Amino acid sequence: MIKSNKLKSEQYEQNFADIRPPFEDSTAAKVEANRCLFCYDAPCIKGCPTHIDIPKFIKQIASDNVKGSAHTIFISNIMGAGCSKVCPVEKLCEGNCVYNLLEEEPIQIARLQQYSSMKALDENWKLFDRKSSVGKKVAIVGAGPAGLSCAHVLSREGIDITIFEKENKAGGLMTYGIAAYKVTPEFCENEANYISSLGGIEIKYNQELGKDFTLAQLKKEFDAVFLAFGVGETRQLNIPGEKLEGVVDAISFIYELRNKGFSSVPVGDKVAVIGMGMTAIDAATQSKRLGAKEVTLIYRRTQDEMPCTEYELDIAKLDGCEIIWLAAPVKIKGSGGKVKQLVCSKMKLGEPDASGRRSPVDTGETFTIDVDMVIKATGQAPYEKLIGKFKIENSNGKISINEDCSTNIKGVFAGGDAVNGGKEVVDAVEAGKNGAASILSYLGV
Amino acid sequence: MADLSCNFLGIKSPNPFWLASAPPTDKKYNVLRAFEAGWGGVVWKTLGSQVKNVSSRYSAVDYHGSRVMGFNNIELISDRPLDVNLKEIKECLRLFPDRAMIVSLMADNDRKSWHELIKKVEDTGAHGLELNFGCPHGMTERGMGAAVGQDPEIACMVVEWVMEAATIPVITKLTPNVHSVVPAGRSVVKAGSNALSLINTIQSVTGINLDTFVPNPDVGGKSVFGGYCGPAVKPIALKMLATLSQDDVTNKVPISGIGGISTWKDAVEFMLLGATSVQVCTAAMKHGFRIIEDLCEGMSNWMDEKGFKTINDFIGKSVPTLTNWEELDINYHVIAHINQDKCIHCGLCYIACEDTSHQSIRLDYGKPYNTYTIKDEECVGCNLCNLVCPVDDCITMEVHRKSDEYLNWIEFQKRGLPLNNH
Repeated sequence: MIKSNKLKSEQYEQNFADIRPPFEDSTAAKVEANRCLFCYDAPCIKGCPTHIDIPKFIKQIASDNVKGSAHTIFISNIMGAGCSKVCPVEKLCEGNCVYNLLEEEPIQIARLQQYSSMKALDENWKLFDRKSSVGKKVAIVGAGPAGLSCAHVLSREGIDITIFEKENKAGGLMTYGIAAYKVTPEFCENEANYISSLGGIEIKYNQELGKDFTLAQLKKEFDAVFLAFGVGETRQLNIPGEKLEGVVDAISFIYELRNKGFSSVPVGDKVAVIGMGMTAIDAATQSKRLGAKEVTLIYRRTQDEMPCTEYELDIAKLDGCEIIWLAAPVKIKGSGGKVKQLVCSKMKLGEPDASGRRSPVDTGETFTIDVDMVIKATGQAPYEKLIGKFKIENSNGKISINEDCSTNIKGVFAGGDAVNGGKEVVDAVEAGKNGAASILSYLGV
Repeated sequence: MADLSCNFLGIKSPNPFWLASAPPTDKKYNVLRAFEAGWGGVVWKTLGSQVKNVSSRYSAVDYHGSRVMGFNNIELISDRPLDVNLKEIKECLRLFPDRAMIVSLMADNDRKSWHELIKKVEDTGAHGLELNFGCPHGMTERGMGAAVGQDPEIACMVVEWVMEAATIPVITKLTPNVHSVVPAGRSVVKAGSNALSLINTIQSVTGINLDTFVPNPDVGGKSVFGGYCGPAVKPIALKMLATLSQDDVTNKVPISGIGGISTWKDAVEFMLLGATSVQVCTAAMKHGFRIIEDLCEGMSNWMDEKGFKTINDFIGKSVPTLTNWEELDINYHVIAHINQDKCIHCGLCYIACEDTSHQSIRLDYGKPYNTYTIKDEECVGCNLCNLVCPVDDCITMEVHRKSDEYLNWIEFQKRGLPLNNH
């Protein structure tokens, strides 16, 4: 039965406690920092989309220069604190750590990064000075990681920034789309405030492109525009029964979790989650943590093709989630308007598709499981209509950009999920930086 | 199982590990705990003129997360009443008759004081005396400690007084706060000292508190130069020991080696350079007396592996391999080799060589892992890459002689051979 308030408050607290807890104190951080070999042209840096000078910031922890350490992180990645909590580091920096080659535990880069960057946030260290205004104005659409990152770089150079955000909080999917045991809403707000505390950055909330303002208006009022509005609704399954009560999409489910208290979010007893990306894992584990008895992840390919990392998969397994590989939903059966069963096709792997992964092929055989809730985590679709309306060149709704991040419209640049269709937070931060660099050169600053 | 027993001028101990004259040997309680733990002997903390210690007295140097790489103290000689010390020494001797009991001495700078002190100490039944000519702080201002050891003539005079009274073996402990330990060493041996020990502590400032601006240790807003010891001083101690082992006068007496000994390997190194026994302090102060177990077990296993039955089989064995620079073979050439199967691509060898040495390592870019290989023709064989590599046996230095012939610098010059052209 789908209902909220299934657990006692202590249980919620325990279930949603920080999964990557910070170091207790400076000694603990320094012990780990001192393990770092300080590699030259370090493989960890090559694993970071924002190219943080990781050995340098780690050595700065060891030398008691935590301020310098935070600056080293933020100069490359202004969302270094958030990334330290949500990055799938096992496939990025930590995955490249040379200790892996010795069969030793890699350096806990994320926790060290969290140590310095959280100190900077908590103590509100002023690590950057804004150059005096150069009299140029840039509009940014979307206050997510790409938008904030772009804003910070530009504002440092004396550009006056206005960010238009459709929600009433900044942070984008960091704020609205990530499991609560990774980042809390308070943290996301602090991080956004810390970034905008540089000055020269005004965020206008509840302002949606195409509804509250148009691209033409921005082009007229500003010297350049950066589009960083991300992606939209979860893709539809397009199967019978999708409208039944109890079928929800993962992003809305997680959004609710972030916006309301844990006890106010309804969850079923038997939950099926469709998909095997990070969002699917976040939805599955959090369903379990909200009190669902059985949670089953359903994925049409195998473990070799799954988009989430092994580490994420382990979180789901440790939470007791079941996984059915090679299964695709074909029908949701209900009674009285409510979800009762999920019918799936058994799949097998065929030829590699455009993504290079072997594509799932229907065997014609089906099976049925009893469920009372279905969560769709099959990826988010780009804002194809919106982009089409403004005549922005795109590929299936993903904005097409040139090497310098410019779109087909002069003075309009883009980056982040709106361009790549949905990647990690850290990729969006890098896209924001790249956009800023191009805008600076466009403006001749 | 190797025989670790040690005979130092007739002073016998079940192993060559003595606790050095220092806080761990200041009283019966500590010494009995040490003997129970298995230490071969102790040098009782220096007895002599009456002193009073300040409260805050130790400081240390930490390095790369490792505590107490170097240790510093401004403590003086024993500040307990002489009678109490003598009584306790006697009791320890009675309870552990098989352990070496040497008593460190530092009397006021006159013959009478030395003679009286020696008489009292010998009455305890102690096996030997160690003359503290090395303490670098507090006592020097009063003409004692290093003030004696730094002047070979004064050292000679005091040893002569001592030898007039002493009936048990006398070890003179030398100060490292000199240009060379050899002049003082020769002087005291000529004056009759039966043995030498070294090093005492090295004068130091271990660091400064960056908030208060007061150096460590802080004694109410002031500090003084202290005596430095611990692992950091071991290489200096080994060098000084070696100079005594090479000298024709000082190498005629046994030497007790001191200076940063923390492991059985350290101890073996001191003995290979001529020490008959070794003395330990800082390592015990950091970890307690239990370290004696591995000191003994490690040395014993090593001796078994090498086929040494007693410690005398290897004492001084490395001394002949230390020579003068002019006699080194210029034709001996080594070239680094990186084992690609072991390489973890950290690039530490590359950046060390590229920035600070001979640009002899090639970097082939890779994502995420670069490949590093030695440019054989550029490598001078300096060992730097091998030293900074974090993986055991990944970088090896392989011998590629320039010629079969032994060729030293003197001969090289005589023949007018060409110098490097880079």
